[in-house]
Amino acid sequence: MGNTQKKLGIAMYVAFPAMTYVIVGSCIKDDSCIEVCPVDCIHPKPGAPDFETVEQLYIDPAVCIDCDACVEACPVDAIYAQPEIPEKYDYALDLNSRFFGELSTAEHTSG
Amino acid sequence: MTAASRTRPRVAIVGAGPAGAFAAASLLRACGDVEIDLLERLPTPWGLLRGGVAPDHQEIKRLEDTFDRQTLKRGCRFLGNVEVGADISHAELMSHYGAVIYATGAQTDKSLGIPGEDLPGSWAATEFVAWYNGHPDFRDLEFDLSARRAVVIGNGNVAADVTRMLTLSAAELARTDVADHALQALRESSIEEVVVLGRRGPAQAAFTSAELRELGHLDGVDLRVDAADVELDGVSQQWLAQEGTFTARTNVELLREFGARPRRADAERRIVLRFLRSPRLIGGDGRVESIDVRRNEIVRADDGMLRARPVDDEDRETIDCGLVLRSVGYRAVPLPDVPFDERSFVLPNARGRVLGSDREPLPGVYAVGWIKRGPTGILGTNKRDAEETVTCFAEDLAAGKLAQPANADREQIDALLAERKPDIVTVAGWRAIARHELEAGRRERRPRVKLTSRAELLDVARRAAPVPAAAHS
Repeated sequence: MGNTQKKLGIAMYVAFPAMTYVIVGSCIKDDSCIEVCPVDCIHPKPGAPDFETVEQLYIDPAVCIDCDACVEACPVDAIYAQPEIPEKYDYALDLNSRFFGELSTAEHTSG
Repeated sequence: MTAASRTRPRVAIVGAGPAGAFAAASLLRACGDVEIDLLERLPTPWGLLRGGVAPDHQEIKRLEDTFDRQTLKRGCRFLGNVEVGADISHAELMSHYGAVIYATGAQTDKSLGIPGEDLPGSWAATEFVAWYNGHPDFRDLEFDLSARRAVVIGNGNVAADVTRMLTLSAAELARTDVADHALQALRESSIEEVVVLGRRGPAQAAFTSAELRELGHLDGVDLRVDAADVELDGVSQQWLAQEGTFTARTNVELLREFGARPRRADAERRIVLRFLRSPRLIGGDGRVESIDVRRNEIVRADDGMLRARPVDDEDRETIDCGLVLRSVGYRAVPLPDVPFDERSFVLPNARGRVLGSDREPLPGVYAVGWIKRGPTGILGTNKRDAEETVTCFAEDLAAGKLAQPANADREQIDALLAERKPDIVTVAGWRAIARHELEAGRRERRPRVKLTSRAELLDVARRAAPVPAAAHS
């Protein structure tokens, strides 16, 4: 069920590029956000195969419920609500959707 | 008090950098009732967060508020200006604490092993970093910035940091907490071009895509990368498609975008990224005047890893320059009286338990951070690393494997330190330093103005906390 919701979410995202919260490149991967997220929408998680190689964490817009908990928890203020993203992090939305785009490809191909 | 303190485990953490801070926070979360002393060689805490993270990355330096909240404000003590191995020995620590956690990091740089590496004008990038960040031991270095070209060797994030610092405008630098002496020198810098040499190709560059993107978007700086240089060889193409990380793919895309950009003739400064180039020698008569580079190709080695192999052709090149910053990695140095793995440059350990020569854990001795795993990962990596070490400590504590130290009372270590280091810096002293720096920063509209000499730091700390509590005992 979660998977269906997620795939649907990605499809919706592609059609309507609206987003809730996004993590920018100053992320230090200390996973404080993952600890507080009530819906487990921040990836990858410690222990996941790509956790050590990713340079930052990403919020799945299809699952995020806009609760703001991660923004409060981030020790380096690397998480923004979409309307508040500073100009220098303009790229973050696109990068985020590419990350989940590739992730879903990987999920599809691995069966 | 005495009886109570004997039942609470007392832990010394050696090194107050990010790994030490994460370890202290993790210990307090996991064990709660534990007394922690954070020993630090400098008068100031937070290690590379203060002395490594680039001054134009102030948002990352906010992590210090979290460290402060999770450690010093929860009763963890800061004992600054104390050098373990010089002021107090490992054996003395073991006789005063139930456990000692080493978090000393990797304090030196790797060398290139090429001729001319030691010519004046050739520096470890880490020396430049420590200098511009106001580390007291590096403030007196004199970087000659009078040439028009500098060469940075390496493709990691330290290379990106020093490249930015050499090309940021004076106005941008003045909004940071760069050390005053560096601000002055960088304002007067004649450097117009920074050439960044990568041994491997664009797909293997160790920059994070965030750092690479930043290099391409600096005000008044033209980033140049030859479009032909961004064409991937067959081995790299295959690797990128099958095994490449998200960062590697993003980097290659960014580099293609940069390669296709028109040149900006009006830019005041230039960054030139070169790939598949290794330095052969640094030349000059008494000081750096040029660097010779040769070309590499990417090959798949027997172990499946991609490596850069020198191409044996006539493609040699001499780049004129007056400054070389070598950024090819950090390396840890051995600590007195503690085992050291001379091959991996770490304390031999199993999940953070330091091992003796018989490969058995030394009771009560632990490691965390770069001295445990080597200089890899980013700031947050230390949090999970610290949790692993603290889990081992908690298991050993519960199993009764930690011996009761001979001098278990806090008063005893305080008396010893008061005798050895009358100018020890406590939390109160550090808070006075921080206040002083922030106030000076407010006057100049900067995040802070750092005190950069030991004498100044100790003076400000002493005025705030004139008599260490221990002196009464």
